[in-house]
Amino acid sequence: MSGNITLLEQAIAGARAEGRAALVAYLPAGFPTVDGGIEAVKAAFEGGADIVEVGLPHSDPVLDGPVIQTADDIALNRNHVRIADVLRTVREAFEATGKPVLVMTYWNPVDRYGVERFAAELAAAGGAGCILPDLPVEESEGWRKAAFAHGLATVFVVAPSSRDERLARITAAGSGFVYAASLMGVTGTRDSVGAQAADLVRRTRAVTDLPVCVGLGVSNAAQAAEVAAFADGVIVGSAFVKAILTHGDDLASGVAAVRELAAALAQGVRRPSA
Amino acid sequence: MSGSPEKPVFFLPDTEGPVPTPEGYFGVFGGKFIPEALVAAVDEVAAEYEKAKADPAFAAELDALMADYTGRPSALTEVPRFAREAGGARVFLKREDLNHTGSHKINNVLGQALLTRRMGKTRVIAETGAGQHGVATATACALFGLECTIYMGEVDTRRQALNVARMRMLGAEVVAVKSGSRTLKDAINEAFRDWVANVDRTHYLFGTVAGPHPFPALVRDFHRVIGVEARRQLLERTGRLPDAAVACVGGGSNAMGLFHAFLPDAGVRLVGCEPAGHGVATGEHAATLTAGEPGILHGSRSYVLQDDEGQITEPYSISAGLDYPGVGPEHSYLKDTGRAEYRAVTDDAAMQALRLLSRTEGIIPAIESAHALAGALEIGRELGPEGLLVVNLSGRGDKDMDTAARYFGLYDPTDDVDEEHEGAVQ
Repeated sequence: MSGNITLLEQAIAGARAEGRAALVAYLPAGFPTVDGGIEAVKAAFEGGADIVEVGLPHSDPVLDGPVIQTADDIALNRNHVRIADVLRTVREAFEATGKPVLVMTYWNPVDRYGVERFAAELAAAGGAGCILPDLPVEESEGWRKAAFAHGLATVFVVAPSSRDERLARITAAGSGFVYAASLMGVTGTRDSVGAQAADLVRRTRAVTDLPVCVGLGVSNAAQAAEVAAFADGVIVGSAFVKAILTHGDDLASGVAAVRELAAALAQGVRRPSA
Repeated sequence: MSGSPEKPVFFLPDTEGPVPTPEGYFGVFGGKFIPEALVAAVDEVAAEYEKAKADPAFAAELDALMADYTGRPSALTEVPRFAREAGGARVFLKREDLNHTGSHKINNVLGQALLTRRMGKTRVIAETGAGQHGVATATACALFGLECTIYMGEVDTRRQALNVARMRMLGAEVVAVKSGSRTLKDAINEAFRDWVANVDRTHYLFGTVAGPHPFPALVRDFHRVIGVEARRQLLERTGRLPDAAVACVGGGSNAMGLFHAFLPDAGVRLVGCEPAGHGVATGEHAATLTAGEPGILHGSRSYVLQDDEGQITEPYSISAGLDYPGVGPEHSYLKDTGRAEYRAVTDDAAMQALRLLSRTEGIIPAIESAHALAGALEIGRELGPEGLLVVNLSGRGDKDMDTAARYFGLYDPTDDVDEEHEGAVQ
């Protein structure tokens, strides 16, 4: 079975046709439980997310701030989440909603599981692609071949520090969309969206026709509206995780909070602030 | 040779070796697995290092520091009373413990501090396990007037409290890291998070021969003086090369520093001693090359302690400096090519070697270095009286006296011993 890269492309194009940015949510698999995580992903879609990135938790999440570190810790050390659980999360979320689901993780779990095996199983689960933020384009050829063969997108991250020639090289290798980091730093909510984000989107669009989605630090509808004014998509992660963490073991309330946050953000991406 | 007196040379980068490749590969190991946000900074370090290597002024300044500040060359000490327990083989210690700050770490730190200044950066961050790299980094930052933040696992801030005080005395901020196993691995994670956020003005002064390219080669080059000196000193003193060069391996910087000059000497066995903790079979160890599998940790491919799905497993060693689930990629390369061999040494064997050297020679080694001494005792017995060994005494043991006193029961039993401390040593 081929992966759902086309569904991903259609989701972003569809949002654009509606004159709005796409809403991309991030939620780690296995958090707060494996089944609870699946409910949370479905709730994000129900609330209005166009795309969900399912996190494959890692023991050493060096690009994540304290919120996602805490979620990864719960997923791995309390719930003992396995890659099979991550793939089940992708499958059930896709089957229930018909919407594009990506996996976001660090490179070592994929490398260890086997590149071909992981790509094949992710595609079979209905996944649309992968974001691997510590796999630079120079080291990515093996993964990209497998991803292409299985109909999966390879979404690369670009940063404010990326020079124009690197942006060209990275975007030429990527597919689906480009993940533009709004600021220099790890994941986590911020009071304001980095001023560098708009400039990075402009420089990225100058070298590629791929849609450009902005993440890192976006947590509320006002910020989503701000980003939607200059980007093709708005990516929100830690705020969703926090919504669940706030409710502790009260899963129903956590899932409801995810749905409400997605709904608020979905309003945000529909009213770009000029 | 000209008539002018020859100046000692301590900065001895490898200019001929086949590894690493321009992409940073030692065989299949190494590379550069880093987030895009760090690519520009890591490339800048590589470019600045290449420029520095070609700049005689850089070498002259570093050589002067190594002579007048560090106190190089370091001594080579024969330890005959210790060697009686090593099958009668002759044993020489390369005395990196006598360097300023008390370990080999200063060699790399001074080189990278000069690079930091050349890049125009004003702030330095570093990880530390035992605190030796942190102390050396704080020292260089005091010397050069650089802002300094050291990340150290919370467990290690307790078992190496003396070094925490030293770093703070030198003006560094010490951050106790409370994530994961709260040891060296987690300190590195936190340092990377800081670097991503502050990369504009901050250099990450990486402390071992691991991490993304160019760090494995760069750190090795700054420590290469250890083996070059030891090789020359041994030839002068004994007229021959050793049968084995022995060093402890956590990340592997002191071992690579000793080994590198001996790589072309096929008759010299290169032996790395990894921490077996409570025994490799117990699972409570940090013997990465003995029990690990290739994977990616902290920016490069190397042997890693991990589970079947690529999650890094928590290491254990009595030695904070060796308590790390990764290892430098060049060691992985040397293991797979067979040029070096690695064996695992338990906590108990290391502590017995620590006490033996103290009582036979009046030298108290760091617990890290004691792993190499324990390995040397085994190898000496294998070689017999004709054997000749050189061991890298990478650091001195002052910092470890609390751990050692509790291990051997040296405190007065009527003293009030803090139970939390007691737990940290078990």
